Amino acid sequence: MEAQLIDCGTAGPALNAVKSWRVGEVEIDATGMPSKELNNLLRNCMLNGTRHFLLKNICGQRYIGTRLFGLMIPLDIEIVGTPGNDLGAFLSGHRIMVHGNVQDGVGNTMDDGEITVQGRAGDVLGMSMRGGKIFVKEDVGYRTALHMKEYMDKKPVLVIGGTSQDFLGEYMAGGIVILLGLGGKPHLANYIGTGMHGGVIYLRGDLMPSQLGQEVEISPLDEEDRAILDRYVGEFLDRFPEIGMCKEEISEGNMIKISPISKRPYGKIYAY
Amino acid sequence: MRSYLFPEFQIFRDESACNQCRGCERQCAFGTHIYDPVADRMVTNEKLCSGCQRCAIFCPKNALVVRPTPPYYRPNEAWTREKIDDLKKQAETGGVLLSGCGSDKPLRIYWDNIVLNASQVTNPSIDPLREPMELRTFLGRKPDLLEIDDCGEISTELGPNITIEAPILFSAMSYGAISYQAFNSLAMAAREFGTLFNTGEGGLPRDMRAEFGRYATVQVASGRFGIDAEYLNCARAIEIKVGQGAKPGIGGHLPAEKVSSKVAATRMIPEGTDAISPAPHHDIYSIEDLSMLIYALKEATNYELPISVKVAAVHNIAAIASGIVRAGADIVAIDGMRGGTGAAPKAIRDNVGIPIELALSAVDRRLREEGVRSRCTIIAGGGIRCSSDVIKAIALGADAVYIGTAALIAMGCTLCQKCYTGKCNWGICTQDPRLAGRLDTRIASQRLVNLLTAWSHEIKEMLGGMGINAIESLRGNRDHLRGVGLYEWELDVLGVKGAGE
Repeated sequence: MEAQLIDCGTAGPALNAVKSWRVGEVEIDATGMPSKELNNLLRNCMLNGTRHFLLKNICGQRYIGTRLFGLMIPLDIEIVGTPGNDLGAFLSGHRIMVHGNVQDGVGNTMDDGEITVQGRAGDVLGMSMRGGKIFVKEDVGYRTALHMKEYMDKKPVLVIGGTSQDFLGEYMAGGIVILLGLGGKPHLANYIGTGMHGGVIYLRGDLMPSQLGQEVEISPLDEEDRAILDRYVGEFLDRFPEIGMCKEEISEGNMIKISPISKRPYGKIYAY
Repeated sequence: MRSYLFPEFQIFRDESACNQCRGCERQCAFGTHIYDPVADRMVTNEKLCSGCQRCAIFCPKNALVVRPTPPYYRPNEAWTREKIDDLKKQAETGGVLLSGCGSDKPLRIYWDNIVLNASQVTNPSIDPLREPMELRTFLGRKPDLLEIDDCGEISTELGPNITIEAPILFSAMSYGAISYQAFNSLAMAAREFGTLFNTGEGGLPRDMRAEFGRYATVQVASGRFGIDAEYLNCARAIEIKVGQGAKPGIGGHLPAEKVSSKVAATRMIPEGTDAISPAPHHDIYSIEDLSMLIYALKEATNYELPISVKVAAVHNIAAIASGIVRAGADIVAIDGMRGGTGAAPKAIRDNVGIPIELALSAVDRRLREEGVRSRCTIIAGGGIRCSSDVIKAIALGADAVYIGTAALIAMGCTLCQKCYTGKCNWGICTQDPRLAGRLDTRIASQRLVNLLTAWSHEIKEMLGGMGINAIESLRGNRDHLRGVGLYEWELDVLGVKGAGE
């Protein structure tokens, strides 16, 4: 089928980067395109009816997905390349698939939606996210899931295939973080769960007690934990079938549950 | 453990006037007044009294007088009564001393050492009652120059600007720290007067968004509470809160007792957990990172809202402000060390930061020297008490001021500093429905509008006296200020001449 140039409300060179093969779908060649221009284009396409984006040659463009608010229709955004910082910041319900690695701040204060990364992620992944899911195939950087929250039926889920750097789950107030340790690397992160006062971290592999923050404890898994793991490990494997493992193989490994000792770690330090 | 503390307040009851109506008992959430049915008289436990004066003002017989106790200890300039009592309190609890409201310490208040000019003989003063006076203020980035095309249209790309009717905004006070009624009163007053209120970091209740969003500055702070696309886009401006004058460098803990179901819904956190705001934004470790968040918020609102960055006034504030402007902020809000708070460790409240007057002048001057002053609006807060403080702030370089404590006083606050207990008898700083219900939003918002109206009149009078008819002409115009009783270095930092010069 021949590609159609579509009216995306943008004039100038950006227009030539947009191709549409089917109604509601666009393909954008982002070579050399600044972040603001790309996000203008995405928003205009969205307002003109695009529901599926294929972004090629992405290299460092920031805030992809952030400006796609207001329509209340989930969009599909497929990215080839390496998106820049704050991918999906404040994301409200869209699905983003990245064929490549991602930088820092992915899913910052995300409200809803899903981000899948077929590679590694940088620092502060999923910071303050309150809903939606993030799946990362390989390792993640420092301060992952920092101050992640939950509210009523909104419960964010973060599944990481590899391992994490220090301060995983710092100040965490809700949500579920699963670290599968599949790459064969040991978990070397320190200060895990420092200041944590809600939510849960499941970690597959071994840990020294000294790697944990003072506000968390390790406890055995119960039925509910098993059900959570079964569900989200399954969803993770659905997204990365190339890993070639089944749920049972993964759950055979040593699973550690890390949860806060108190909902109020700092409740008693003041003189009233 | 027996407490060695003396009561902070004495309560005198005129027994001949008191008719045991028990009004004082109902008014006091601290339990100071109790009715003794056997003796048929009111008994008081002075140790519980916060000195908020609620009982005295609402006593129908005017039978109550509440006043600070005289110092009991042997006079000592070093070991004042406050120092001794604080020390005892810590010896008894082992805890960090908390306090509410701004610092009450006798650090120099520069407003009181600066005087204003007026026209005499050589240029006429203006009578604001008969001539137009412009207090309208525009918040946001201004272009360095304005280009007009052949059709007479402005061809320069303009950033979003907000119009307010006087250079006064309500500073950030969150729903959670203050009651829904107090929060609502600020919103109603902002709408009626034509200015903005500020949500603080407690979110904006959904039922208020359609009605009051256009009068709201919504905050994005380190806790990122209550933030979603709708919250950001219903507002008029967004403020990234980095610091607060009362507690620079530290975060905040809203205790679980204050996280009611509605507060939880607004912040979008589970009910009954502490709402912890970390000390830093963990995605901001540099000016570049700040820039990233500023542009993330611009992206999240389609570049339609100005982005403010609020910092506490600290050392090197001029360099910090310059960095904030270069990071892309449209508004720089600076909060001086006398700024208020619902709860702060007392040691920090009273000892960290610098006064707003010095910070403001240093920032304005630095941004002018660097040629970036017009790229941002400066809002000064933290200790603005009256209209003359406002006008002096404008002359020292502010575009507008934030008032927090002044607004609370207008609603009934008496600065008893017990905000952190959540038992505010005035219904302002509490989530107890019985106490909060005492604040009638119509009356409270009317009092706030009255305050802004009165200050506007006074500002016009003072402007007219100087021979100026628009607030814009006073901005950074230090020639209209003179210092009295200040050291040379203070005059230098303020950029103000001594009186008589």
